[in-house]
Amino acid sequence: MNPDQLTAWLTRFAELVHEHRDELTALDSAIGDADHGSNMDRGMAAVVAALAEAPPADAAAVLKRTGATLVSKVGGASGPLYGTLFLRMAGSADAGFAASLRAGFEGVLARGKAEPGDKTMVDALGPACDVLDAGGSLAQAAQAAADGRDATVPLVARKGRASYLGERSAGHADPGATSTALLLQAAAETLGGSQEQGGEATS
Amino acid sequence: MTVGIVVVSHSRALADAAVELARQMLPGRPLAVEVAAGTEDGGLGTDAAAVSAAIEAADSGEGTVVLMDLGSAVLSAETALEFLADDVRERTLLTAAPLVEGLVGAVVVAAGGATRQQVAAEAERGLAPKQAQLT
Repeated sequence: MNPDQLTAWLTRFAELVHEHRDELTALDSAIGDADHGSNMDRGMAAVVAALAEAPPADAAAVLKRTGATLVSKVGGASGPLYGTLFLRMAGSADAGFAASLRAGFEGVLARGKAEPGDKTMVDALGPACDVLDAGGSLAQAAQAAADGRDATVPLVARKGRASYLGERSAGHADPGATSTALLLQAAAETLGGSQEQGGEATS
Repeated sequence: MTVGIVVVSHSRALADAAVELARQMLPGRPLAVEVAAGTEDGGLGTDAAAVSAAIEAADSGEGTVVLMDLGSAVLSAETALEFLADDVRERTLLTAAPLVEGLVGAVVVAAGGATRQQVAAEAERGLAPKQAQLT
């Protein structure tokens, strides 16, 4: 991973979040507190601005600044969750994208204490990590995340504000899983085949 | 020196009002109570960097007890611990106490010179008077 590639990834993710802002908020108004789209849009716009203001020198610094910005600017639970994802990725940046994302995923699990099937971002991120760990492409990982997002539709939420709704949370995709699918879509579009270099850091 | 108190909430108004209510119990007595609440633009939300700054501001060396409302307030407080120096983090206690009732109990015993463990325990007993009244 090199810093320019990662910045391109995060910039594309910010664009996708902005394009899907109303959809993310609509999902969150159905089962949560109606702020996921606006929160993530504000947070990722701040990330893009922070990376542009003083481009970090290496991959770890890009990821660290992204995480630190998100925990401060998002406002909702996605702040500490996505923030922890990127801060943990920064700690494993030299291990390549797949291993770095896996470390980030483990950080999200520890922070949110959600398990697969709880109707959270874990349901999109976990399958994507599994695909990458098995040697799959980023396009396959993005598909796995999208499938994971779709699989949250019938689930009853057990975490976050949606859990207050109980059975009424079923019938809608989870907003966090939906934004996570966009994160992997952005990776497939911008990072190309870089994850196939496995443990070799390219920075 | 006394234990410091930190209030983490989605809402600045909610946090400030809870602190005002609790401070009624401390007429003229000083106590470090810091608030980390709301987003930068005045909206509803929490900010882990603001929480770690509030903990540092409230800590005079005796440590802090942190009370939170719900959801991201808890996650942001946990995340904030990662940003603290080791010694400050070791004397920071996050408590599952109810925010309003716990804060009232916490400030009273903190101002009386209790340890952070005692302050947190008092905060966590915050619902007991209400429960006793309603049974």
